Amino acid sequence: MLRFIGRRLLIAIPTLFLVITVAFFMMRAAPGSPFDGDRKLSPEIEANVMAKYGMDRPLHEQYGAYLAGVVQGDLGPSLKYKDKTVLQILQENYRVSLTLGLSSIILATIIGVSLGVLAALRQNQTTDYVVMTIAILGVCIPTFVTAPVLVLVIASKLGWLPSAGWNGGALPNLILPIVVLTLPQVAIISRLTRAGMVEVLRSNYIRTARAKGLPENRIVRRHALRAAILPLVSYLGPAAAGLITGSLVVEKIFNLPGLGKFFVISALQRDYTVVMGMVIFYAALILILNLIADLLHAVLDPRVRLS
Amino acid sequence: MTGTILTPGSRIGAETMEKAARGRSLWDDARRRLLRNKAAVGGMIVLGLLVLAAIIGPYFTPYDYDQINKDHVWAPPLTNGHLLGADSLGRDLLARLLTGLRVSLAIGLVATTVSLIIGVAWGAIAGYLGGRIDEVMMRVVDVLYSLPFIFFVILLMVTFGSNIILIFVAIGAVEWLTMSRIVRGQTLSLKHKEFVEAARAAGLGDAGIIAKHIIPNLLGPVVVYVTLTIPAVILAESFLSFLGLGVQPPMASLGTLIANGAQDMELAWWLLVFPSVTMVVTLMSFNFIGDGLRDAIDPKDR
Repeated sequence: MLRFIGRRLLIAIPTLFLVITVAFFMMRAAPGSPFDGDRKLSPEIEANVMAKYGMDRPLHEQYGAYLAGVVQGDLGPSLKYKDKTVLQILQENYRVSLTLGLSSIILATIIGVSLGVLAALRQNQTTDYVVMTIAILGVCIPTFVTAPVLVLVIASKLGWLPSAGWNGGALPNLILPIVVLTLPQVAIISRLTRAGMVEVLRSNYIRTARAKGLPENRIVRRHALRAAILPLVSYLGPAAAGLITGSLVVEKIFNLPGLGKFFVISALQRDYTVVMGMVIFYAALILILNLIADLLHAVLDPRVRLS
Repeated sequence: MTGTILTPGSRIGAETMEKAARGRSLWDDARRRLLRNKAAVGGMIVLGLLVLAAIIGPYFTPYDYDQINKDHVWAPPLTNGHLLGADSLGRDLLARLLTGLRVSLAIGLVATTVSLIIGVAWGAIAGYLGGRIDEVMMRVVDVLYSLPFIFFVILLMVTFGSNIILIFVAIGAVEWLTMSRIVRGQTLSLKHKEFVEAARAAGLGDAGIIAKHIIPNLLGPVVVYVTLTIPAVILAESFLSFLGLGVQPPMASLGTLIANGAQDMELAWWLLVFPSVTMVVTLMSFNFIGDGLRDAIDPKDR
């Protein structure tokens, strides 16, 4: 187990290295610089500023210096927000994205698995059709449609919930963004669970369990579910990526101070170091989630050996 | 067949024999199953209408998609000849919607084709050659998989400016990964089949075997995945457009229309509702067709 984790972390290093390299050179290839403000700096001042951030050196030296910094856990200073390091900016803003992401994935898993199991147990009955219709709708209605529509109806017309803002993470402000992020995930998760469950319920060991006379709900919970949610566990990694995409839109619509919104703005402003920091943060997050998914997979399925 | 006596030389006998010999191919079976699936058939009809509307519709609207009419600002539906209303510049929503649909469908098609070509070539070569090469090629896919791709697409847009060709390429380049995995898996199981060995025995080279025998036999799962990739691509483009990084004004795509509609929804609900409905209907028809095709081609789950 520990060896497996160690090896996976070792494999993660070249991946992160690649991420950093591609992002670094792509960002630098972009026209413009972080110091193109509304006011044109005089050439001397600009040269001074460039020298201060080491940007007067050849690109490969800058790249080397940046890599050396990252290895030591130093992501550098922000080029746009004076007196702030990238780490500080990440620390100030990750809470919003993390709160939204985690709550919606947990909610989506609970609701999605329950709906999926229900549909599978009542296969080809009304419940099944209702759940599958919800699932199809959830997949086909994108977040950038649900979000404005919900804001229009629930916030503007009915006035039940605030339409935007973070407000220190107050619950009413969180409800709409979380609902918007959760719906598509519920759809996918319930479909995966249903498919897995339908297959497992036909298998021999479930028939054996029935023959032994185990009560139905014990069969479902102890025997079937465990195998049926395997495909779901593999979905965890991509789900994280999906949440990131979703949260970019949700943060924009609900005007939340999260990382996604920050990323787009920083990229447009050529704040190189902040963009790099966020790319690294998210890449690491996805790698960790994939690792957790693989570990869970092994715990749930004794046939999978960690090697 | 019952009751027909097959006498040698009789015409009925010959026809029946020929029919029996031809049998029902896998594709005949698949088509029959597909046409029995009401959702899939409905999806095909709706999609056909949408494609038709996107291709010829813009020629029949009373206004052009970028024509500004100062007197028609915020015109509600069914006024001043605006069937679906007009936007903040008095531009006709119907014309913009049809153009936007055209752009979105085109992006879906082109980007999917890009991903199809890269993915099939990559997967087929890796699966067929196997060994070291396979290992390296698939490790590349694994690494790319774990990148936060939306970030790279955003960076790409920021770096090179958002032009439409780049959007095609960027999204296509992201979507080929799953395709290559599917294709590799299929290739692995195909390459030990007798007909491949027969081809090799007959002296056909690797390239010939991949092109003539492996790729045609991959068609089933690839077709299914393509129908599911097109809506994913349309969605990805819309995400970019929604963030202001996709199609640039006055050009429209479904994503930009929804983004603009969301800004003005308090004043003009029609700007949000009609593009959203079009988007959802388009995505749904693709998904229904994709699911139907999967059930038809790969009837394991029935």
